[in-house]
Amino acid sequence: MSAVVSLRDVHKSFGAVEVLKGVTFDVGPGEVTAVIGASGSGKSTALRCVNALETINSGEITVCGHKIHDPALDRRALRRDVGIVFQSYNLFPHLTVEQNIMLAPRSVKKLSKSDARALAHEVLEKVGLADKAESYPEQLSGGQAQRVAIARSLAMKPKLMLFDEVTSALDPQLTGEVLRVMEDLARGGMSMVLVTHEMAFARRVANKVVFMHKGKVQEEGPGAMLENPQSQELRAFLSNGL
Amino acid sequence: MSYTFDFSFLWTYWPQFLAGAWLTLQLSAISTVFGCILGTLCAIGRADGPRWLKWVIASYVEIIRNTPFLIQIFLIYFGFAMAGLKVSANFAAVAALVINIGAYTCEIVRAGLQSIHRSQVEAATCLGLSQVQTYWHVIVRPAIERVYPALTSQYVLLMLASSITSQISAEELTAIANRIQSETFRALETYIVAGVIYILLSFIVRAAFFLFGQLIFPRRRKLGTTI
Ligand SMILES: Nc1ncnc2c1ncn2[C@@H]1O[C@H](COP(=O)(O)OP(=O)(O)OP(=O)(O)O)[C@@H](O)[C@H]1O
Ligand SMILES: [Mg+2]
Repeated sequence: MSAVVSLRDVHKSFGAVEVLKGVTFDVGPGEVTAVIGASGSGKSTALRCVNALETINSGEITVCGHKIHDPALDRRALRRDVGIVFQSYNLFPHLTVEQNIMLAPRSVKKLSKSDARALAHEVLEKVGLADKAESYPEQLSGGQAQRVAIARSLAMKPKLMLFDEVTSALDPQLTGEVLRVMEDLARGGMSMVLVTHEMAFARRVANKVVFMHKGKVQEEGPGAMLENPQSQELRAFLSNGL
Repeated sequence: MSYTFDFSFLWTYWPQFLAGAWLTLQLSAISTVFGCILGTLCAIGRADGPRWLKWVIASYVEIIRNTPFLIQIFLIYFGFAMAGLKVSANFAAVAALVINIGAYTCEIVRAGLQSIHRSQVEAATCLGLSQVQTYWHVIVRPAIERVYPALTSQYVLLMLASSITSQISAEELTAIANRIQSETFRALETYIVAGVIYILLSFIVRAAFFLFGQLIFPRRRKLGTTI
């Protein structure tokens, strides 16, 4: 089976600073890959490269058949296949929850208003927020806002979902409700890459854990790897309780 | 020294006051519509246009904001005449008002555009929206919603500034007042009446902006706050 995401020796620099120093890993279809590592190790940068939000200096990235390193990459086609959720939700403040979700299906897929609305309610149901359709983002708790952001991505029916520390800004009890939604998604067979500090979640849900250290993949393996770290660096990282 | 106020001339002159007020409102309304369009386009051009366009718009804005409105009106009025174009005083007045308010609108809207965070644009891009769709839905619309209170104040000022177009004999409220006081010799009373009418007009402009805002910004209507 061909991988949904594959990175091959990816290098990325910001100015003179090399942030990714040859990153290689794969995500199989229906798999959940958790990317962990210390702050500044390049996790977000790697994720952003996967979605072509950053251009890489060398190496190859293939995502759902799209060649990210190809200068002729069709970004809009890529983004029909890939959803991404950020730590800061990035909901549109002037639109209701429902309108936030309907915007892309309406503008990109040209869905009719009623179809888009039905779709919005379907994905809101999935994240347990059907009753918030008419609310505005500022009326939501952080956990609700993040679930809306997930629903908004799901409405585009992506083949792959990327999550960048989506629970880092949340209180523990709000974290739980967001993680539950993500776990449901994983069980539903969604291919996912998530950057996370939630080690327990990574261990339980991820098929694969990728530990990044100073711009490289230091160690990679199944969730159980976290119980039995091989490298000095991963051991140090885990014992810091991060 | 005692002065006895005498407003009895109003019995004869109120239709003229009314006509002047009506013209003031009309001049303001037309200038508001075209000023908003001009100003918004200029804001977009100055924020995200090519370098030469930014430069042109910046020059326009700075020239307008650093010269008196009266001078602008005269230049436009006599400019038309020099160019051999026969235009009415009202047309020249609207042109001057639009050019003036366009520059102020540009700066207000530009501040709104710049207040939209990059992450909003990124979110829209990641959802697959095209550049134009992103620009409209995620930048321009919320930007205008955000600066709407500032725009309202500016457009009340525009209505009041239309008073100056009396200088090129547009027959708006101030011009009418000038004429009435020269006929009645009741200067104080005439300008008091004009002043009161201007206050009413300000109220009307504010109310119109408020209602329009309720109509086009559902979020404002529901939450009553500015984003
Ligand atoms: N746009 C940018 N311009 C310059 N440097 C950047 C940029 N984005 C990231 N960096 C740098 O790249 C390095 C890696 O950043 P990245 O955000 O990928 O780390 P991270 O592993 O996600 O960390 P965290 O856990 O804190 O989110 C950091 O040193 C950061 O300062
Ligand atoms: Mg990060």
